Amino acid sequence: MKKNKRIIGKLSMLLAVIFFYLPIVYVVVFSFNSSKSLTVLKGFSLQWYEKMFRDTQMMQSLSTTIVVAIIATVVSTIAGTLAAVGLSKSKKIVRRLVSQINDFPIMNPEIVTAIGLMLLFITFGIERGLLTMILAHIAFCTPYVILSVMPKIRSLDPNLADAAMDLGATPSQALLKVIVPQISPGIFSGALIAFTMSFDDFIISYFVTGRGVKNLSIMVYTMSKRVNPSINAVSTLVVGIITAVLIVINVLPIISEQLRKRKARAIEDTEK
Amino acid sequence: MKRFSQLAFPYIVWSILLLLLPMIIVFFYSITTGGNGIISFEFTLKNYIKFFTDPDFVIVLWRSVKIAVKTTIICILLAYPVAYFIAGNNDRVRNMLVFAITIPTWINMLVRTYAWIGILTEGGIVSKLLKLLGFAHTELLYTESAVLIGMVYNFLPFMILQIVSSLCKMDRSLLDASSDLGANGVQTFLRVTFPLSLPGVVSGISLVFLPAVSSFFIPKLLGGGQYFLIGNVIENQFITVGEWNFGSAISVIMAILMMLSMYCVRRLESKNSQESD
Repeated sequence: MKKNKRIIGKLSMLLAVIFFYLPIVYVVVFSFNSSKSLTVLKGFSLQWYEKMFRDTQMMQSLSTTIVVAIIATVVSTIAGTLAAVGLSKSKKIVRRLVSQINDFPIMNPEIVTAIGLMLLFITFGIERGLLTMILAHIAFCTPYVILSVMPKIRSLDPNLADAAMDLGATPSQALLKVIVPQISPGIFSGALIAFTMSFDDFIISYFVTGRGVKNLSIMVYTMSKRVNPSINAVSTLVVGIITAVLIVINVLPIISEQLRKRKARAIEDTEK
Repeated sequence: MKRFSQLAFPYIVWSILLLLLPMIIVFFYSITTGGNGIISFEFTLKNYIKFFTDPDFVIVLWRSVKIAVKTTIICILLAYPVAYFIAGNNDRVRNMLVFAITIPTWINMLVRTYAWIGILTEGGIVSKLLKLLGFAHTELLYTESAVLIGMVYNFLPFMILQIVSSLCKMDRSLLDASSDLGANGVQTFLRVTFPLSLPGVVSGISLVFLPAVSSFFIPKLLGGGQYFLIGNVIENQFITVGEWNFGSAISVIMAILMMLSMYCVRRLESKNSQESD
């Protein structure tokens, strides 16, 4: 009975993994196809990559995606962290109110957030384009950063900053040298969420953009009507980028841990 | 201390401007007539009346709710065994499996949905597989089934992760207690494990149902031009037709609908947990 259950569990796990990875494998494999077909593999070729690199629209959308994601991540991480620190010391009613407002982009359907931002930019006569896309991305990424930093701050000793300042630290030193290092895991995971949210975003970007500024998702959306295997090539590139980011993120802590250990050992050796 | 609370001030202003104000503007557009400037506008309920008196729109809304409910039910049924299996492992293996489920969600949704076009199209892997199993000529792409597959594909990971986290929070000794008291495996599952994992299922429902109702690129890519959901109607009003007031009204209706449905689900859950107490 118990063994049976494990087999069913293993089987469903296996099927789930196949289900989740099938489209990704499919895109990667067919990006090297030598024919235009989306169903039959003819042979190996790099022609779609060549076409992709020559396609200025595709390259532009790729750089737009990366630029927007980097700016949105940096700004929303800093803004979100400062806001979270500030809110933790604010009056309860302020904190409540802001967290209610913060919930809008998280709880609302994305399309409603998107339309709201689009109408906001139109109402204030801001021309839609790269700038509005960046502003919108910062707007929907920051609440997630706050959400991931807040619990870390709550678990801190509330007197920590005071202690630092009593010992002669200026408020900014207390913030940067005492509080921030303590909550860095939260900041880090917030930044990661912000980056992937921005990098993957379609719905909000689609509504707030203009003047032909497109990110990758918008490009895939507008190009998908016709068969275009270059989309597979650019998708493979995206898979590559995200995988690289994930590897760096997962390997870096291990490396820094090892470096620290080595350093500690070196110090021990010199002490001997 | 006071000085730190000032750090929140810029964000308070920012969040009011970019998060709260847009919602007010959407509501404002929904209750005014078209062609309005900021100075000249006229209040009306015409936009809402138009939506509810036109059977076409009501049918689309009903269709969106129906497919979202189907997606949610399928997700629960598929997610549970997987989550149960993941939660039953030791920490190291569990983290690895959770990571394996998470990785695909990091890759662009559009890209992953686009990939299904090739898989589901005539002559693709799935139709070949179906032919082998004896189903002659099955058209999948640009049908409701394709949209359903796309939605389950995109939202299933959220359901799995939610159920895993609620199963992990469960006190394992309860299972031993249950079997010590004479319950068999099925009884333990139905009366201990499942009720305790309900919070995960509920938050999973909100992560699946809400985006499924409002999704518009999945039906567009996999359902073809004919398969319209409420999200597509909103997109059309803003991008093609240019009737922002009517589009805003539909958005408000959708947002209210979702708040109501989430409220009902939460109520149901709290009622359930009270009964089991």
